[in-house]
Amino acid sequence: MNADPESILGLLRGALPGVHISLRKNPGPSAQHSLLIEASGLVEASRFLRDHQEFDLLSNVTGIDWPDPTKADKVAPTEDEGAIAPEVGFLEVVYHLFSTTRRVGPLVLRCRTKDRREDVRIPSLVSVYRSAEFQEREIYDLFGVTFTGHPDLRRILMWDEYVDHPMRKDYVAPDDYEYEPTPHDAVLEKAKVHYPAPS
Amino acid sequence: MAIDSHLADELKSQGVHVTSFEQLINWGRSSSLWPLQFGLACCAIEMIAATMAKYDMARFGAEVFRPSPRQADLMLVAGTVTKKMAPQVVRLYNQMAEPKYVIAMGACAISGGPFKEGYNVLKGIDRFIPVDIVIPGCPPRPEALLEGLIKLREKIANEKLVGEHRARHADPDGAASYPVPDYGPHDLNPPMNREIWNPPSIVREGGGGDA
Repeated sequence: MNADPESILGLLRGALPGVHISLRKNPGPSAQHSLLIEASGLVEASRFLRDHQEFDLLSNVTGIDWPDPTKADKVAPTEDEGAIAPEVGFLEVVYHLFSTTRRVGPLVLRCRTKDRREDVRIPSLVSVYRSAEFQEREIYDLFGVTFTGHPDLRRILMWDEYVDHPMRKDYVAPDDYEYEPTPHDAVLEKAKVHYPAPS
Repeated sequence: MAIDSHLADELKSQGVHVTSFEQLINWGRSSSLWPLQFGLACCAIEMIAATMAKYDMARFGAEVFRPSPRQADLMLVAGTVTKKMAPQVVRLYNQMAEPKYVIAMGACAISGGPFKEGYNVLKGIDRFIPVDIVIPGCPPRPEALLEGLIKLREKIANEKLVGEHRARHADPDGAASYPVPDYGPHDLNPPMNREIWNPPSIVREGGGGDA
């Protein structure tokens, strides 16, 4: 059974009057609406959902990169951080909650950082759901979201010396293009740079 | 100094087996390959299947998977080699005793496979260690692995131990170990070993690149 975000929104607003929560409609056929919760109230809200609404399972945590649409071009990683102009977009973390006792879910929660480079903090949910620990590490690794209060925030997939965040939209992979039998589109552009055409 | 094959056959019919030291050693080596027991991805499942009763890799003398590189002489790179895993694979290869052989099993170990354009997959383990046999497939069936094993046995059986074209492990100047890459801020450092990885220069098809 799908969770009903609209009624849960009312419950959350009643329980946490100081927290700004809004309903984000999904216009697609799935109609999977979600709740956008401000970062300062995320832990309180999830604790309320766990203790009073029986949402006992945090099944999935994932991230979304929302770059500033006015600066959509990719920025190559450089050693000089000052060379990159700060952008206005933000990072979003998406949580999927289920209730195994009430057989309800998923309830989709979303939480946003202030921007993409300077203030990328979001409170960690490890104190509420232990299952968030590795998933938040993964998002820290791939998106660069800093989870405040996480007990062990290290990279989990990439190596510790790595500095990039590969799932960000402006990530540029190392320029190690090799042969492709039928290059086209972006790959053809790489092929033009790396391999000559017959003269 | 090869013995005349007719004479060898003649002697064989009389119950006298004539061979050379080289053939004897190569026969022993090719008949008792001990693979290193490690798997990296789904190809390892096919590798496991190949060792089990239905495909029975033991028929070709390679059933004794060793958990230590010191006891192994065949490295089966079965699966996706991520950039995070590549230094460990090279280090394990360096720790194996000579003579040692490498089979790259599956599209990922050969070239990166479906993850070739990804950010964390090595575009083939032959960038860091010499590969003797490549087995294409995604993943290859156990029969393909057995075929690759048989090809490796043929290769070992025909190895020269002395002379100009001797095998790498029989050459005092041949490399026994290869540099282990470091983790860099964006990629492995170096991203490939130019000593052993020299791809041919490729000319694009389609004329002028305007296709």
